This record gives sequence, C-alpha cells and structure tokens, in this order.
Amino acid sequence: MAKWMSVAQVKEKIRESSAEEVTASYLEVIEKSKINGYVAVSEKAVEQAREIDAKGHEGPLAGVPIAIKDNISVVGMQNSCGSKILEGYVPPFNAHVIEKLQEAGAVILGKTNMDEFAMGSSTETSYYGPTANPWDLERVPGGSSGGSAAVVAAGEAPFALGSDTGGSVRCPAAFCGVVGLKPTYGAVSRYGVVAYANSLEQVGPLANNVTDIAVLMDVIGGYDRRDSTSIDRKTAYQEALVDDVKGLKIGVPKEFFGEGIHQDVEKAVWDSIHRYEELGASWEEVSMPNIKYALASYYIIAMSEASSNLARFDGTRYGFRDRGENWHSMVSATRAEGFGTEVKRRILLGTYALSAGYHDKYYLKALKVRTLVKQDFDRALSKVDVLMAPTMPNPAFKKGEKIEDPLTLYLSDVNTCPINLAGVPSISVPCGFTDGLPIGLQIMGKPFDEPTVLRTAYTFEQNTDYHTKRPPEVA
Amino acid sequence: MVYENPDGIRIGLEIHVQLNKLKTKMFCGCSSDYHNSAPNTHTCPVCLGLPGALPVLNRKAVEAAIKVGLALEGEIAEETQFHRKNYFYPDLPKGFQVTQYDYPIVSKGKVVIEGEDGEHVVGITRAHMEEDPGKLVHIGSIEKSKGVLIDYNRSGMPLIETVTEPDMRSPKEARRFLDKFRNILEYLDVFDGNLEGAMRVDANVSVYWGTRVEIKNISSHKGVERALLYEIMRQKNVIRRGGKITQETRHFDEGRGVTLSMRTKEEAEDYRYFREPDLMPMRVSDWVPGIRETLPELPDAKRSRFIEQYGITDMHARSLTSKIMLADFYEGVCAKGADPKTAATWTADVFLGELNYRDLAISSYDGETIGFIHAKDPQVENSFKVSDMVELVKLFSEGKVSDRAAVEVIRSILDGTEEKTPLQIIEEKGLFKAEDDLVTKAVSETIAENAAAVQDYLGGAEKSLNFLVGQVMKKTKGTADAKTARELIIKELKG
Ligand SMILES: [Zn+2]
Repeated sequence: MAKWMSVAQVKEKIRESSAEEVTASYLEVIEKSKINGYVAVSEKAVEQAREIDAKGHEGPLAGVPIAIKDNISVVGMQNSCGSKILEGYVPPFNAHVIEKLQEAGAVILGKTNMDEFAMGSSTETSYYGPTANPWDLERVPGGSSGGSAAVVAAGEAPFALGSDTGGSVRCPAAFCGVVGLKPTYGAVSRYGVVAYANSLEQVGPLANNVTDIAVLMDVIGGYDRRDSTSIDRKTAYQEALVDDVKGLKIGVPKEFFGEGIHQDVEKAVWDSIHRYEELGASWEEVSMPNIKYALASYYIIAMSEASSNLARFDGTRYGFRDRGENWHSMVSATRAEGFGTEVKRRILLGTYALSAGYHDKYYLKALKVRTLVKQDFDRALSKVDVLMAPTMPNPAFKKGEKIEDPLTLYLSDVNTCPINLAGVPSISVPCGFTDGLPIGLQIMGKPFDEPTVLRTAYTFEQNTDYHTKRPPEVA
Repeated sequence: MVYENPDGIRIGLEIHVQLNKLKTKMFCGCSSDYHNSAPNTHTCPVCLGLPGALPVLNRKAVEAAIKVGLALEGEIAEETQFHRKNYFYPDLPKGFQVTQYDYPIVSKGKVVIEGEDGEHVVGITRAHMEEDPGKLVHIGSIEKSKGVLIDYNRSGMPLIETVTEPDMRSPKEARRFLDKFRNILEYLDVFDGNLEGAMRVDANVSVYWGTRVEIKNISSHKGVERALLYEIMRQKNVIRRGGKITQETRHFDEGRGVTLSMRTKEEAEDYRYFREPDLMPMRVSDWVPGIRETLPELPDAKRSRFIEQYGITDMHARSLTSKIMLADFYEGVCAKGADPKTAATWTADVFLGELNYRDLAISSYDGETIGFIHAKDPQVENSFKVSDMVELVKLFSEGKVSDRAAVEVIRSILDGTEEKTPLQIIEEKGLFKAEDDLVTKAVSETIAENAAAVQDYLGGAEKSLNFLVGQVMKKTKGTADAKTARELIIKELKG
C-alpha cells in the first residue's frame, strides 16, 4: 500500500478493501516509526474501523484515519499535553472537533507528541522525548504540533489535527514539508482543547495537500455554543479550491523578511511570489510597522494567560500527584516535579507580567501592541487580498541546538505569532528546499476569508510539485 | 431628631448572595438544586475545571443580576465583562475564580432602611457577578481533621457580590440593611435565603472615623450584628489604651463571639486580575427596559399600598411586607373575605410571633398554604392554610371566640399533628365564647361562693378583682371574654 495517500486515495482504498485494512496498514507503518511522533496509539482504532465497515461507510471521512495532537480531548485516551503532570489523565468528554470527526466517520489512530503544553517550537520539551524531523532525523520537526506534522510527513497518517497559538501548526508544517492551516480565531471550536493561551489559539489541520486541509475544515469548522469565542458563520472550504489567481493582489510585508533570515528561504519565497505573478496575480510591498513589537507582545500575553490556565494542575483532582505534608506543600511538590523547565519559565514570567506593579507595564502594554498589530493587518489587507511571507525564517534546526537558549528559540516565532495576535487565517505550504530541508510559504488572509487563502494555496500547489516530495529517510 | 453617631462609626458591607433560584449554574448546564444531593453529583467538565472545558455565560444569571441592580436603583452596565481572579485553593478547581473587576454589572445604587433616626439611605457602590467555589468538608473538626474532602456541587453557582458604601452607623443599622436587602432579593424571586450558604457577609468597620478593619465570611445577620458589636468594642478599647487600629482582615468566631486577626494589609494577596479570554462581552443594555417591566412590586411600594388599600397601620404593613410570602399570604386571607384590619393584627402580631417563638422560617407559599422550616433544622417542616386564617378571623370578628381562644387555635394548628380546621379545634376544645347569660350566671355564682374576696375587693384590694375574674374564667372554661367578666363583676358589686 502506498504510504503517502491523499484523503481521496484513502477513501478509494477503503472502497477497494476496507477501513479496517487501511487502518491496520497505517498502524503497521506507525509500528516501524523512527520519529517518535505518537505519544499513544489508539487500541480501539481497528475496532472503530471495523464498525465503520459494518455500518457501510457513511460520512465524509468514513474510515479515514487521523492523528490527533495530545492536547485535544478524546474520551478514553490519555490527554497528556506532553507533560508529566497530566500523566494518567483520561478526559471523560470529547473535544468538539473530535465529535465532529467521529460524526464524519474518521478513525483516530493516536495522540501525537508536542512541546509540553504547546510551549515550544521544536517538540523537544515533551515529557515523552523529542520527535524527529522525517527529513533529517537529527533535526527537530518544529513545534509545538511537531508530532502531528511529522507523522503526516512520514506517511504515518494521511492528515492530523494540531493547535496553533503562535505558529504551532505552521512552524512544524514548514519544517516537515506539509501543509498546515491556522484558521481565523473563532472559526473552529476550542471546546476540549487544553488551553495554553486562550485568546490566541485555534485548532488547525495538517495534511499533505491543500485539498485535504479544506476537507478537514469542512468537518471541524463551524459554530459551537460551548465555546463563547466561536463565531456563528458558515464557510464552504472545499468550494474555494479553484485553480485560479488571476487578478489576485498579493501584499509582501517587508517586516517579515528581517534580520537573520536564511537566504535560501528568502529566495524560495520570492520565487513563489514570482510564480504567482506568472499565474496572473500581482504583488506589492506593504508596510506593517508594528510587526517588530509583535513577538514581545505575543510572549507576554501567551505567558500571562498560561500562568492562569495552568494553575488548575495542582495534583488535587487528576494527573500526577507528588507527596506533601499538607495541601500547599503537595501542590508545590507536584508542580515542581510535574512541569518541565520551559513550562515553569513561562508560568513564572506570566505571573510576573500580571503582578501588581508590573501589570500595566507589561500585560496592558502588550494588549495595546496587539491592537496596533491588528490595525497593521487591517490596513495591509484593505489594499491586498492576501499577504505572503516565509513561515519560518530558517529551515529546521538540529535537536538540542536552541533548547538551552530560550530567547533564540522564541525568535523563531517572529513570523508566525503576529497572525495569532491579529486572529487572521494563515496557511503554510511547501515552497522549496534548502540542503534537503523543506521551506514553507506563509499565506495570510482577512478574517474568515479562508476561501481566498485556500484558493491561493491550492493554485500554487496545482502549479508546483513541492508537495509531492517525500522524505527519503523514512521512505 | 438627627443621629449624632458619637463614636464615629462607619460600617460597610460586602454581601455574597447565591442566585439559588436559577435552574442552572453560572457557566454550565449543571442543576443548581444540589442542596440535598450526594457530593459531586452536580458537576460536569466545566464546573470541575477539567482541562479544555470552556464557560458559557448563563443569560438567566445576567438577567437576575440586572433585576437586582434595578431593584437597588443602580446603573446597569452596557455589557458584561469578566475577569479572572487568580489564587490557589483546593475548592477552586481552575486555580482562578471568574468574577467581574473594573466593570461590574451594577454600580451606584441605594437602599433605604429604617435607621437610628428614621429613614436612612445606604449607598450601593457596586454589585457584580461571580462564580462560587466548591466546598471543603473536614473529616471531624477543623483543628483535628485528618483530611479534607471536596464537594464541587457548589462550584460554579452564580453569585452576586454587593458592596455598600460605609454608610451604616451602628450594628443595628447593618442588621436592618441585611434584612431589607434579603427581603428585596426574595421579592425578586432570585434567591432563597433559607438554603445553606445562601448569603455570606464581609463587614468593614471603623470607629472615630479612623482606619477600617474587615471581618470576613459571617454567615448570618445576627452574626454580623454580634461581630460588629464585638469589633467596635475592641477597637474602642485599643484606642482607649492609647493603641492604634491597623488595617487588617479578621475572622469572626461564631462560637466565642469574638473577632480574630487573619492577615494585615502587607500580606494582602495579589490576584493578578485579567480579562477572562474565554468569555466574550455580552451586550445587555437593550435588555434593561424589558427586565424593568418584569420587576415585581418591591417592599416599600407594597407597604405603602397595604396602608392605603387595607387601612392598616404602618407597623403592621412593615411587618407584613418584611417577607414576600407573608405579604402574599396576608393578601390571600384578605382576598377570601377576611376583615383586613383584623387579619393584619392576627397575621402580623400573633401568627408571626408564634412562628418566631417556634424558630420557624417562612419557606414557601403556594396561594393556599404558607410553609415553614425550622431555622436550625430545615428537615422540620410545617404549614398553615389561608382558609384557616380566614375562618379564624371571621369567628373572631363575629365575636364567636375570645382572643385567648383564637391564639389557642393558632397554637394548636402549629403544634398539632393532625390536620384540623379552626372550627374543629374550637368544637373539640369547647372554645366557643360563652353566651352572655352563662357568663352572668358564673359571675353571680362566683360572688356567692367567694365572700371573703368580695369583701377584700370592696375594701379596696384591686388584686381580689383579678381573682374573681379568674374564677369566672374557670367556671366558663376560658370561653368567657375576660373584659366582659370584669365589667360584669364590677357592675354587680358596685352598681
Ligand atoms: Zn457543571
């Protein structure tokens, strides 16, 4: 069986054989994995596939296997968020997106590795060890949805769900040479997704091609009354897949091509923009002067929200618990032992930023910057249809290279996090290689204008072959 | 008369009220009717704070808060805004409480109470919405407890925290404010004060216009009055000895009736408030006119109407409107043809007095029956029928029973185990007022049989008259009217 299949190919395979067989074949591939992409493989996957076979393949994803990031609640499966502190925590409820997937007939293969509580860009901070980049096993897959991107790139799942707080879907998509979408804030329900920074994050799909992204969005997108930030609005994602960019206006924000950008990345992105020009689009440079403050604003807001979100992990009700003489010492011991260094760092920084005396200086200021960044996007996107820039300024780095230097690691989010501050949709598509490592092109759009973003990405894909390249090491 | 407030006392209150009449909790669909349920049976991922669960604001809770705001004559916010108050405690499943911070749903209201010198206005600074934490249950006593159990049934219950200006000038005024405030909430039908933990009060108090001290978490109105009396005495003594009052938070020990220091200002916690990102503001300004229309008649308005419509005294009207269910009961009695003035006396003076004597708190009224529960033991229930009061008032108005007999009937109904009408009780106990000739006969007999007492009375010993009246009452088995008997004896002996 072919290792890398589109959803359409998987569905055809299911028709020819069965969902059970297709699921089993993926489980076989996973069994031989060299990348540590999965934290846990579902023991019920084959049984679920068998049930779907028995029911006669109803639903748009009947029998199609999918991998789920380990911060999305699935009944009966541990939801670890890559952390020791959630060891043994099995949610009694499904996330909204899981309900939608199950209604569509999808089969959950397993839970994928991630940076602890989604805090990282390399999937190295996971309690379950780092995940390898399928293109170079010595390198990181990006993060925090590194497991999801890597298993898709390695052919261990046709597609996957990740979550994107400051680039956590797009960064690993770029590093692993797959497609990843961060939808508009409010387009996909966050119900059941463990929060890192509530006001920034969205669940996002990862796949080998733009079509499958749209297929998945048609299933998981839409209003959910259990998420107050979910917007009641219908979007037809697959209908947007038209090979046509004639008349499309592209904005190129020079602020995204800043200091430290890898020259091959810069070249690949400009080549892509020129390719669009050949296909009938036009481009112009746009200025987004406040982007330079976005990274600082993003980290202050994300860490502040995180410091509060992660307060519930105290060993009292679920997950890991350490010993203590009384409740307070038990909580201290549990959190000291249960959280990794990066998580503790962010909790401390977030706590600091919200503290009396510093609140206005850091948190409030960060919120003001956020408003300015939003205005930059509004202004730029009032003149053009989409913005284009490198997803990541550099290709995947080596494991261990940046993990000891958090500031350098934070800098790698410079091009992805502004999008989360603004809440706009953004997709990363493969657009080239440097030394055998994939490069991602980031296409950003207006709020809820995923159709234009998807059409733009789809047209590129139809006219290039980067998305068909496979990592030789895991072939 | 103007109250001088000689000790410069200023009292402000912070009152947490559970909106326990709402069907569901504040941010989830869990039933709020948990008071008789096993621990942790009214919970879900949201109110347990499970990772990934998200709050959804209960519109009914917001409506109730707006109702309260309008009843307090406050300004209503344009939209709802929620913040997180961050602190660690085992009863707090998320590690933060969702509350309102710098934009409360209600601001600038007032409540008029009967103060030390007549009507007195207490300003309402603000009233905001928040969620209740769970409840800790100590195994054994707090001091010796081996462990703590947590019940999250209460977690996520909608609360309204109302903050007053420091406008009260005595513990009595604080008590009166709380009574009035509770009364208003019950009129709005958002709150049942009889349920455990329904109202918790923090009081701040200062003397000689000085530094204020906060007393946390007092659970009863009486407790507030006692705590304040103690704390004022303590502060005055500190100053008398040349000491200084420090700004601090104290705890009220109900058992010993004293306040004890918990923490000083320097140790004040930093709650790191920030906007709750999981809740979007809800525009409510358009709701206000509609909610205003549904506001019921409030205590002051009802009191004025009672005075005018039923011709009763201000004191009776005040007493009858002090509880919405009592007011409704009274109106039910009047509606069935009882004389309003007589009904007011019997309901406000006698009936209410008998309830207080028995420690019974009014807990329900369904149009026909008013129900009570024992204030200390809610399992003990009791009731009284409108029709019984109507019958009793009628019998009394028609002169068929004496007032003593009528009191006896009320007591029998409250203490009886069988259901009986007043008429049945009167018949069984032979409580009908004696016919006049019967009384006359008893008077003649008494005079004939008690020559010594008669002589004493005629000799100027007034006490002997009481003895003679007593004898008449004895002969008539209490059915005679004491006043009539007295008059008849005097007439017989002195002409
Ligand atoms: Zn609940």
